[in-house]
Amino acid sequence: MSITPDNPADLSRRTVLRRAAAVGLLATPAAGLLSACATSGGDEKNEQVEGGTKSATNPLGVAEDAPIEVVIFNGGYGEKYATDVHQPLYKKAFPKAEVKHQSTQAVSTVLQPRFASGNPPEFVNNSGEKLMDFGALVADGQLQDLTELWDAPSVDDPNKKVRDTVVPGTVDVGSFNGKPYVLYYVSTVFGIWYSGKLFKDNGWAPAKDWSEFTALLDKIKAKGITPYGYAGANAAYYQWNVILTHAAKIGGTDVLKNIDNLEDGAWQQDAVKQAAEAWAEIGAKYVDKSFEGLKHTDVQLRQNQYKLAFYPSGDWLEGEQKKDTPAGFDYQLMPVPSLSASDKLPATALRATAGEGYFVSAKSKNPKGGLEYMRQMLSVAGAKGFTEVVKAPTVVTAGSEGFAFPPGVASSQAALKAAGQDVFNIYFDGWYKELDTEVRTATNELMFGRIKADAFAERIQKRADAIKKDSSITKFKR
Amino acid sequence: MRHGKYPFVIGFLFLPVTLYVVFVIAPYAQAFQISMTNWRGLSAPQWVGFDNFRRLFDDDNFWKAVQHHGVLLLALPLITIAIALFFSFLLNVGGKSSGGQRQGVWGSKFYRVVFFFPQVLAVAIIAVLFQMVYRPNESGLINGVLMKLGFDPVLFLVRPNLALWSIIGVLVWQAVGFYVVLFSAGMASIPGEIYEAAEVDGATRVTLFFRVTLPLLWDTLQVAWVYLGIAAFDAFAIVSVLSVDGGGPDGATTVLAMEIYRNAFVYSKYGYASAMGVALFFLTLTFAALTLRLTKRESVEY
Repeated sequence: MSITPDNPADLSRRTVLRRAAAVGLLATPAAGLLSACATSGGDEKNEQVEGGTKSATNPLGVAEDAPIEVVIFNGGYGEKYATDVHQPLYKKAFPKAEVKHQSTQAVSTVLQPRFASGNPPEFVNNSGEKLMDFGALVADGQLQDLTELWDAPSVDDPNKKVRDTVVPGTVDVGSFNGKPYVLYYVSTVFGIWYSGKLFKDNGWAPAKDWSEFTALLDKIKAKGITPYGYAGANAAYYQWNVILTHAAKIGGTDVLKNIDNLEDGAWQQDAVKQAAEAWAEIGAKYVDKSFEGLKHTDVQLRQNQYKLAFYPSGDWLEGEQKKDTPAGFDYQLMPVPSLSASDKLPATALRATAGEGYFVSAKSKNPKGGLEYMRQMLSVAGAKGFTEVVKAPTVVTAGSEGFAFPPGVASSQAALKAAGQDVFNIYFDGWYKELDTEVRTATNELMFGRIKADAFAERIQKRADAIKKDSSITKFKR
Repeated sequence: MRHGKYPFVIGFLFLPVTLYVVFVIAPYAQAFQISMTNWRGLSAPQWVGFDNFRRLFDDDNFWKAVQHHGVLLLALPLITIAIALFFSFLLNVGGKSSGGQRQGVWGSKFYRVVFFFPQVLAVAIIAVLFQMVYRPNESGLINGVLMKLGFDPVLFLVRPNLALWSIIGVLVWQAVGFYVVLFSAGMASIPGEIYEAAEVDGATRVTLFFRVTLPLLWDTLQVAWVYLGIAAFDAFAIVSVLSVDGGGPDGATTVLAMEIYRNAFVYSKYGYASAMGVALFFLTLTFAALTLRLTKRESVEY
């Protein structure tokens, strides 16, 4: 789940070489050359610490004095929540344990060599543009099974399991073939964002169905404002998310399930084609052609300057843009409008999930400590602290009670409530990165008018089929 | 007197050869080994033989990248050498002759420094710089001016048939300065008497260039061609920072290094990426050998 694409600016050939060296392509020790090659590293067993005795305050049986190492992705949410909230909580529970903190903006650069050499840190926030491939990590047995954590009693109420304190679906999002490996911690709602102020000043109301939507876009266009847009250069997935959300509304959530499960012809389902066709028209009529060459921050800035009306994203957007948003801008979320009255899901349906992935390394020295760290994160104090620092709701249901969210998140929370049971999620991008890349490319082709809906569906289907046939890629089902 | 010669020689060779084997030969050999596996960067790889190479044959992006290297191989050296030759000719012998000595055009010392500027900048900085130059809206350096004059913006990096040429433009811009200096050095070593004699015979500047400068500069040109050819097999940093969606739109600007990077560090397919690396290795090798062979020519004695 790469949520916010951060800045890929310092990508030089040298970085790549350094990274290649790091994973061992260049840093082969002299002796024995090929036999002692770096590729054999992952097999070496790391000596794991003995567990401690289980008790009411230590249900997982953590060794109380064993150190744990925490690596945090320093992106949209920063690292302050970890150093100021979660780590002190762990320290408080286990005063004898040392908590080592490290933060990075390039997770894989820092961690890949450590996994390859069999010395991974206990706890990792795997996120950002350079996140490690979750699917590959799972396939390789690098991730700790979280079942024990989900079944452990929660910090706040010993009679309640941790899994019962979080938003339904949280465990599933982080599950691979039915086994939980990843904790997705931040509650994320996807939709199309607009400025409450801009709309109020012009007397515009968000649209529910397609005719309302296009009529509104026409009005906006007449005002000289770009009606709709996303950044083609690095954030095309914001748009495929809209197209697929639309497809799910038209044809029901099975449409997405088929796609995730790599069913034959999943991308050529009518619902997908209809959605693609509808959005291709939006692309042709209402999107500024130059957006294809812009990065997400550029396009978001244009919205903050009232030069762009609608922008698709998740509800991290408000926090990400905090510095650039003018006073009174008032971010608001509109669910993707429905296509017609025959849609299977109501207009209020939306994609919501838990985002921002955390995992415990199975081959680290102290995996129990990592699990316990998660348990502390999932306490009410941990969740509240997180929400207060980053202004985003967590998956802990009791964690955001009574918290006054800024307008954007408040509106997305309201939309989530209005959606009721009609909430769904998309998984394939986390499972098959290659497919994600293909869909991004195809989305740009579609939205900027170089291919039609049929060709869009066909080319993605071709790639999906290739992945399905490729025995070297581990498959996932839901 | 021969006593102790071998220990001496071996002593001197040992360290560099060891370093070379450890840091150059061994990684290469290992890349070959990894290219035969399905290594995903974590646990021990499995041997898959030539599977990765078979896959390469069906990989559209791989062929697109190879094709782009073909374009780069022709365009980059040709354009760069043409411009660099023109500039260095002007800088060195393009002006009036004073006291029997041919001079560059007025202010050539200054131009020489200016031309060399791009070479001093790091590639990543150049790429970021050109992001600003090529920006598709009014905040772009070129499009800002165009739009003020009432033209439509040119979508440099976005139009598929323009994107690669925009990238080539940057590569040329960056490379020209170095070759101006290289050719200037070559021209400086051409004896002035030859020019003088040619001038007495009534040669124009164009004739001077084609009949005197160019033949006498052949060795330098050959070096330049090989260097630029190898540069044409790289282009990674520029493409990676500058292009839309990493080699896009729809692979219109991708190069092998970009595909290797993507397969290794985005898809965690290190084995497959290594296979691409091996392909790149052979392509580069073939190119260098071919160039040296085809451009072999009697050097002119003077």
